[in-house]
Amino acid sequence: MPDETKGNTSPNPDQPASQPSSSSPSSAKPPVTVPPKPTAPPPPPKPPGPVPMPWESDMVAGLKQRFGSGIREASTYLGQSYMVVERAVVYDVLQELHDEQEFNYLVDCTATHYPQRAQPFEVIWILYSFNRNERIRVKTLLAEGEAAPSAVPLWSTANWLEREVYDMFGIRFDGHPDLRRILLPEDWKGFPLRKDHSIIQQDQEWVQINLGIESGQ
Amino acid sequence: MLDYVTGYLSSNVTPGQAGNWVWALIYILLIFLGISLAVMGMVWLERKILAHMQIRLGPMRVGPHGLLQPIADSLKLLLKEDIIPENADKVVFWLAPLMVVIAAFTVFIVIPFGPTHAVTDMNIGILFMLGVSSLGVLGIIMAGWASNSHYPLMGSLRSSAQMVSYEIAMGLAVVSAVLMTSFNAGGSGTLSMIGIVQAQAAQHTWFAFKFFPLGLVALFVFAVAMVAETNRAPFDLPEAESELVAGFHTEYSGFRWSLFFLAEYTAMLAVSSIAVTLWLGGWMRPFPSWHGPAITIPNFWEHAAPLGAVDFAFSLVPAVCFFVLAAFAFIGTLRMPKHPLMKIQKGGLGALALVLAGIGLVLLIPPVRDRIQDIFWFVAKVAVFMYLYIWYRGTFPRYRFDQLMKLGWKVMLPMGLGVLIATAVVGVLV
Amino acid sequence: MTDPTKSGGASHLDLAEREHTFLDANELVLNMGPQHPSTHGVLRVILKLDGEKVRGTECVIGYLHRGVEKIAENRTYTMFNPYVDRMDYVAAVSNGLGYCEAVEKLLNIEAPPRANYIRVILTELNRLASHMLWLGTHALDIGAITPLFYTFRDREEILKIYEKYCGARLTTHAFRIGGCLYETYDGFEADVKKFVSFVTPKIDEYEELLTTNRIWVERTRGVGVLSGPDCIDLGVTGPVLRASGVKWDLRKAKPYAAYSQFQFEIPTGQNGDTYDRYLVRVAEMRQSLRIVSQAVEGIPEGPIMAKVPKVLKPPVGEIYHSIEAPKGELGYFIVSDGSTQPYRIRVRPPSFVNLQALDKMVRGQLVADVVAVIGTLDIVLGEVDR
Repeated sequence: MPDETKGNTSPNPDQPASQPSSSSPSSAKPPVTVPPKPTAPPPPPKPPGPVPMPWESDMVAGLKQRFGSGIREASTYLGQSYMVVERAVVYDVLQELHDEQEFNYLVDCTATHYPQRAQPFEVIWILYSFNRNERIRVKTLLAEGEAAPSAVPLWSTANWLEREVYDMFGIRFDGHPDLRRILLPEDWKGFPLRKDHSIIQQDQEWVQINLGIESGQ
Repeated sequence: MLDYVTGYLSSNVTPGQAGNWVWALIYILLIFLGISLAVMGMVWLERKILAHMQIRLGPMRVGPHGLLQPIADSLKLLLKEDIIPENADKVVFWLAPLMVVIAAFTVFIVIPFGPTHAVTDMNIGILFMLGVSSLGVLGIIMAGWASNSHYPLMGSLRSSAQMVSYEIAMGLAVVSAVLMTSFNAGGSGTLSMIGIVQAQAAQHTWFAFKFFPLGLVALFVFAVAMVAETNRAPFDLPEAESELVAGFHTEYSGFRWSLFFLAEYTAMLAVSSIAVTLWLGGWMRPFPSWHGPAITIPNFWEHAAPLGAVDFAFSLVPAVCFFVLAAFAFIGTLRMPKHPLMKIQKGGLGALALVLAGIGLVLLIPPVRDRIQDIFWFVAKVAVFMYLYIWYRGTFPRYRFDQLMKLGWKVMLPMGLGVLIATAVVGVLV
Repeated sequence: MTDPTKSGGASHLDLAEREHTFLDANELVLNMGPQHPSTHGVLRVILKLDGEKVRGTECVIGYLHRGVEKIAENRTYTMFNPYVDRMDYVAAVSNGLGYCEAVEKLLNIEAPPRANYIRVILTELNRLASHMLWLGTHALDIGAITPLFYTFRDREEILKIYEKYCGARLTTHAFRIGGCLYETYDGFEADVKKFVSFVTPKIDEYEELLTTNRIWVERTRGVGVLSGPDCIDLGVTGPVLRASGVKWDLRKAKPYAAYSQFQFEIPTGQNGDTYDRYLVRVAEMRQSLRIVSQAVEGIPEGPIMAKVPKVLKPPVGEIYHSIEAPKGELGYFIVSDGSTQPYRIRVRPPSFVNLQALDKMVRGQLVADVVAVIGTLDIVLGEVDR
């Protein structure tokens, strides 16, 4: 499978060039730094591509007022709003969004792995409000081994979604009623959607154990 | 010895009553073969009719129009590996299909295909039938239990509950029919199957139309109960394939499975036969007491006796039916694709047309005609019920268990009881 | 009998805990699937039964897991396009539309109007095909075997249109990022119009078979009830949500493709039971026909492909885009790191999320209802497991 060989090397986690620097707030730099440059130019974005704009609304203002620096960033990219929230307050933010701001539908809960960062995991909750017809994303950053708060008390949907995130990334959710693997078998080793979990490595391990040959490639 | 054998031919009773063991055995063998063939035919017909209801063709490959499909099926089933699950209760597992088949076939001992065409006539015929046919459930429970698996267990539990519930409604409907036998001139009822048909002849009406609509309601109750009793759609919960995979016979394969299959269809034929005997005049042709003007049909080898024109017309129907079938087969032969590979099929269908026409011709011979007529009408009536079975299956979704029970206990049982009481009251008053 | 709690080690159903009743009976753990006629694929449901009554369920999924999201990270944006067809394989066109639009959004380009119209026509036909397949199999689960053949006969016509359009019937890969690759074939409009007039009476036919069928109504009414708030709490979308009385459809709420230009209704139910879901889906089939006939009437001339670079390198950023797939909200969350390959693609599968509602819907009902509810949720295991 030459594709995979090729494909696997390309988004190499070691390459500093491939950092989602503008969208993900803290990109490669240690996440302690507060929202970097992209918020700076308010005038219309340059033709080459859109850049995140600051997301200003009453709701965000209210949240910022309540949580202060807990809300690290609130931006709009391509018409889609998101905010990055400190892990410590993310449950309260979600609760406020759920209870006060009518975001009663948890569309999705997922994660992304940036192995080169100090806080390599980004957990993303996509929320939707039926009454406001508005969709937002809430993100938080986690270090290796750190657990995210579970959103199950707020939305029952989160149950399986968080199990899937755990299954694929190994991110634990505090307060989840039944955190087990969901798609993969119980005895699976590793968390396949982490960037350091390569398909080839998985293949070769299997081939070595089951077929007794060095490599199936 | 020979006298013993031929002596029966001149008697007017069933071999059982005549005490003629040889003929009884011959009858039993004939019925066994006939039923087995009928089941095979039924399977083919069911697949074909269902297919046409569902805009498909059904079996088309094995023989012309898939006519040989039942043979291929049974061969396949016979040759299949016979699996007994390791943790099954082997003896019970082995006994269960036998039990079901024996129960289903035993019923046919008392079914009168004609005034003399039954193995025997018991004075408790209908009771015997109900009793033996409900033994089948024992086999189903055994199968479910012995399989040592959840789906069969649930299937057999469902089956037993269902059969017990519907047996009652069925019994009440039967009793109301039996009650009707006592309203004839003599005033004495009978439980004998032949007696019941004779009572219908004596009262000049099929019991389905007696005390309109009481007879029809009783028939309806029986017709619903018999579908439930035989585990067929829409009451096929014990083997509901979308819920219980295959119900009580999930763990069975090959020949044992085919025994269940055989038993199911045999039981269908048996209960349809009861319905026909009790309400639809058994072997009697439609309008049995309408003879029409007497005419004399000349023939060459015996003294021509005058007989009713209507009688004569009806006596030709069996032969005509076979001619029609032969014509269909012949048209099929003509419409076969002109391809060298289709030659065998074409020949086969042509031969079938000839055989059918031949049977039709034989049926025209007066003595044969007279002896066969009863059987023909009986079979024709049973066939109607069999068609209904197929039709239900193509039309209805499946009942849920609680709904089935509700229907059995809250609708069918009161209905049967009501019909029984009403029949008694009307019978006394009229 | 093996105890699934021991063998799979995957069960949270505690057998020790049970109510002590007068006639104390053991609970039965029934392993339904993954090889079962009506779990619609390789779904395994472990049922805890009290007689026929369901006391609890647990879904064991993942038998069909192919790691689509991991594959995506090793493919370019264009190369991944055919993979999405393999998720919800009965609605492959919808999957493709969602993916293409998501990447287009990320690239900040828009498909030309003609392409959007073609997309709408094919996607709505796909919705019809998906609902037809659902109706046939759902009816089969409940024991009505005949509708299956009727719906498959009519679905065949849709597949024929696909085959003529792009050469594939099921996993069509009909759209490309930036528009459509293929111009409509000669007679496409005529075919679609013919199909619409052909299938309209057929839908009446299905309804004749089922809508007033006593057994059908008894089997579906009041079965698997989900209230509107429950649906929202469980994230259930699509016809299941609408049958519970929530009038929400992404085609109206956040219009994509050319949907804002068509007149159509959002059918809703009141009771949120299996019967309402059936009615809603049948009504949706009619609405889809409405959209298709409007779209085929007003299909504009023009290019079918936007100006898309040969090598797709979306700017760094993330995007979430979702469409109303036949089964609910199908979303794609794409993170780009500026290279030719997506850094991460997350698929928000409607079947997966909807399946989660199974436990709530069947608790306290009978085994036969489990089958009906699995059918009414309209899941495709390819999408649940990805």
